[in-house]
Amino acid sequence: LSKYYEHVEINKCRLLETEVIKSCLSRSNEQCSFIDYKDFKLIYQQYAAVFIVVGVNDTENEMAIYKFIHNFVEVLDDSFSRVSELDIMFNLDKVHIILDEMALSGCIMETNWARILVPLQILDKMLDS
Amino acid sequence: MVASSLKLQELIQEIREAKTQAQEREVIQKECAHIRASFRDGDPLHSHRQLAKLLYAHMLGYPAHFGQMECLKLIASPRFTDKRVGYLGAMLLLDERQDAHLLITNSIKNDLSQGIEAVQGLALCTLSAMGSAEMCRDLAPEVEKLLLQPSAYVRKKAVLTAVHMIRKVPELSDTFLPPCAQLLHERHHGVLLGTVTLITELCERSPAALKHFRKVVPQLVHTLRTLVMTGCSTEHSVSGVSDPFLQVQILRLLRILGRNHEESSETMNDLLAQVATNTDASRNAGSAVLFETVLTIMDIRSAAGLRVLAVNILGRFLLNSDRNIRYVALTSLLKLVQSDHSAVQRHRPTVVECLQEPDASLSRRALELSLALVNSSNVRTMTQELQGFLESCPPDLRADCASGILLAAERFAPTKRWHIDTILRVLTTAGTYVRDDAVANLIQLIGGAQELHAYSVRRLYSALAEDISQQPLVQVAAWCIGEYGDLLLEGTCEETEPLQVEEDMVLTLLERVLQSHMSLPATRGYALTALMKLSTRLHGDNNRICQVMSIYGSCQDVELQQRAVEYNALFRKYDHLRAAVLEKMPLVERGGPQVNEEAKESKEVAQLSEAAPVPTETQASKLLDLLDLLDGPSENAQHPPPLDPTPGDTLIHLLDLPCAPLPSAPIPNLKVYEREGLQLTLSFVRPPGTPTLLLITVTATNTSGGDVTHFICQVAVPKSFQLQLQAPSGDTVPAQGGLPMTQLLRILNPNKAPLRLKLRLTYDHFGQSVQEIFEVNNLPVETWQ
Repeated sequence: LSKYYEHVEINKCRLLETEVIKSCLSRSNEQCSFIDYKDFKLIYQQYAAVFIVVGVNDTENEMAIYKFIHNFVEVLDDSFSRVSELDIMFNLDKVHIILDEMALSGCIMETNWARILVPLQILDKMLDS
Repeated sequence: MVASSLKLQELIQEIREAKTQAQEREVIQKECAHIRASFRDGDPLHSHRQLAKLLYAHMLGYPAHFGQMECLKLIASPRFTDKRVGYLGAMLLLDERQDAHLLITNSIKNDLSQGIEAVQGLALCTLSAMGSAEMCRDLAPEVEKLLLQPSAYVRKKAVLTAVHMIRKVPELSDTFLPPCAQLLHERHHGVLLGTVTLITELCERSPAALKHFRKVVPQLVHTLRTLVMTGCSTEHSVSGVSDPFLQVQILRLLRILGRNHEESSETMNDLLAQVATNTDASRNAGSAVLFETVLTIMDIRSAAGLRVLAVNILGRFLLNSDRNIRYVALTSLLKLVQSDHSAVQRHRPTVVECLQEPDASLSRRALELSLALVNSSNVRTMTQELQGFLESCPPDLRADCASGILLAAERFAPTKRWHIDTILRVLTTAGTYVRDDAVANLIQLIGGAQELHAYSVRRLYSALAEDISQQPLVQVAAWCIGEYGDLLLEGTCEETEPLQVEEDMVLTLLERVLQSHMSLPATRGYALTALMKLSTRLHGDNNRICQVMSIYGSCQDVELQQRAVEYNALFRKYDHLRAAVLEKMPLVERGGPQVNEEAKESKEVAQLSEAAPVPTETQASKLLDLLDLLDGPSENAQHPPPLDPTPGDTLIHLLDLPCAPLPSAPIPNLKVYEREGLQLTLSFVRPPGTPTLLLITVTATNTSGGDVTHFICQVAVPKSFQLQLQAPSGDTVPAQGGLPMTQLLRILNPNKAPLRLKLRLTYDHFGQSVQEIFEVNNLPVETWQ
C-alpha cells in the first residue's frame, strides 16, 4: 500500500518501492530508524509483520514523523481493534481513507483520533443503508 | 452473459489461497477479464465493486490502466460509494501524464460546489493528490471559497489543498494570502495546523509574503505559549505533550520568520527558552518538540545563552539510550560545530563514545563529528581514540577515518616525532585504505626531520620486518632504508630499543619485498632503488646486490627491467660515479609530485615516481602443453607465440585487470600434494574490488634431503573459468626447507561456479624424474562464491 504526494512516474514507483523495501528489510533491530536514501530520508518503523516507511525531504523533523507513524498505527488500532496485516489487506480502501484524513498533499493534517474516524463511520453507515 | 462477480473480500481470499505466483496471476487475469467485460457492458450497480477489485490488483502490481475511464464514470455518479471508489481510483491510476485527468476537472468542480461535506472532502483530497497545474488554475476560486466555509472539516482540507496548488502554480499565492490572517485565529487544531503549513509554504516561496507575515509573529508566539502552558487537552495530546505536531509546525514557521531578522528573533527568545525548559524530554514526542526548538534557536539570531542551552539539550540527547535520538543529536551537532565550536567541545567525550555504535549511520556521523572536534589541545587523546576506532571499524569507514586522522595530524601535530608515529600507526593498521599522497607526505616529512632519521628508519625497519603486505608502508620503509641504511646499521638510537641489524638481514628483507607476490610493481621499484642505494651505504661487498640487479635485468616488467639494467651499468661501466649518483637526497619541496635523483650523466637514471601502479605484468608462462584436462581444451591461458596455440579458443587478454593490492581475506590454505618431502600448498586471496577474481599462490616446499629441480607446474580449470598463470619464482626447490618456489594463478570465475583444479607436476627429485597428475576438488567455498 503506497501513497505518493509528489509526482512519480508509475513505472518508477515500483522500482522505488522495491529498493526502499530492500533497504528497510536489511536493517537489524539495533540500527536506528532513519536511513538516508538518495536525496531524501526514510523513516521507518516495524510493528510485528507490518513495516511503515515514510520518505521525507531534508527539511522535515524526523522525530515528528516518527511520532506520526506511531499515531497512524494507533488510529488503525482503534478502528480495526488490534490491527494486523490481514486487516490492512482486507480493508485496503478504509486504510486509504484514514491516511487521507491524516495527511494531505504531503503535510500532516489531523492527529486527533476521534475526528479522523468520524468520516469512516459515516461511510460505514452509508454502505449499510 | 455477465459472470457472477465476486465481492472484494472473496477475491482477496482467493488470491491468498493461490500457492504459487503463476496461480495468483491466473486468478487475477480471470478476474480482470470479468472486470473488463463488465466495464464494457456497463453494470451500474456493481461497477464500484469491480473497480475496487481492480485497485487491489493494481496494488499487487498488475496493469490496471483500463480502469481509468471507469473511474471517471464513477466519480460522476451521484452515489457516495461510487464516488468514493472513483476518487480513490483516480488518485491511484491517474496522474498528470495521462490525458484523461483533465476530464475530472469538471466533476471536481461540481462536487466542490455541492453542499455535502464528505463529497467536498473527497474532491479536495483527490485534487491535492494528483492535481496538475491546469486543474489547479481552474479550480482555485472554488477552493478559495471553501476556505471560509463554516465546516471545519472542509476548511482544513481546503487549506492543505491550497498548499498543493501553490506548489504547482506559484502565482496562486496571491489568491491565498489574504485568508491566512483570518484563519490563524482558529481554535480547531486541524485547521490551525493546515494554516501554519500554508503560511510556511507561502513564506518559503516569496520574500514579500515573508515580510507580510512577520506581523503575525506575536500571535504565533501567543498560540504556542498557550499550547505549552495549558495542561494537556486530551484531544490532541500525545504522551503528555499537547499537540506536538502543531508545536513543531509553529516552531518551524517561527524559524523561517526569524531568520536574519532581529526584531522577530527577540520576540521569540523568551518563548523558546520556555518551551525548551518546560517540555518533557523523556518521551519521543517531547524530544521531537525539543529538537525542533533547537533547530529554530540555531537558525534565528538568538541570544548567546539560548544557543548554549540548545547545545546542552543536544548533549542530553546524546546520552539518551534511544538510538534515534542520538542520531538526530549527532546530525544537528555536526551542523553546529562550525559556528559554536567551544560549546560542542564540551560534549566531546560523549561523541567519542558514540564511535562504538554498531549502527553504521550513527558511527559515520560520530566519526565526522569527532574529526571536526579535533584541535591542538586534544589532538593526542583524540587521535588515540580514532586510531582505536580505525582498527575495529567497518571497511567503508576506514578510508575516511584514515584520511581524517592524517589530516588532523598534519594540522595539529605537537611534535614531528609524534606525527611520524601517528602516520606509521595508521599505515600499519589501515595501509591499504590511505590516499596515494600519504606516502609522499610521509617521505617528505621524514626527509625534513633530520634528527629523526635514525629513529624513523629503525621503526620502519621493525614494522617492515613484521609485515610486508601493506603497500604504502612497504614503500615508505623501502625508501627510508635505502636512504638511511647506514644509520640503521650503526650503533643504537636513544629513542628506541637497541636493535642489532646486520647487513644481510636488511638485504634479505628487501629481497623478500622484491620477490613477494603481494608487492605492487611500484613497490618493487622502490625496493630495487633502495637496494641500489645501499650499495654505497653499506660496507660489505656488493655481490649480492649485483646479483639481484642482473636477475632483474631480464624481468618482464619494463619499468623494473629498465632500472635494473641501468643500475647494472652503474656497477660495471660507471662505478666511479656510483657514489655520487646515489648520494643522500636533498629535501623535497612540498607539493612537488616528482622527485628526481641527481643525474650527472646524459644517461637517464630512473625516476622515483609516486605514480599509480603500473599495469599488470605481462604473462610469462613457460611451455604449457595443453593436456586434455577436465572438459577438454577449456582454459584460456596465454603462451609465448612460437608454441602450440590453444586449439580454437579465443585468447582473452587478462592484461586489463588491475593488479589490486591484496587485503587479508582469511581463506584457509590448502595442502594439495605431498610426496617424499615435497609439499605443494595453495593459498587463496579474493581481492575485494573484483568479485569474480581469485588469486591462488602455489607454494612448493622441500623438506627432504635432495633438491627438486626442473620443477614445472601446470594447471587446468573447468570450461567456464579463465586462467592465467604467471611466472614461477624459479624452477628449483632447494632441499632442507630452502627458499620455497611460488607461482601465482589468476582465475576469473564469472559464473561463480564451483572451482576445481587439475594439476600436473613434472620434476626431478633424487635423480628420478617424476610426473604427477591430480585433481583438487575440496577447495573451500569462499574461493568461488
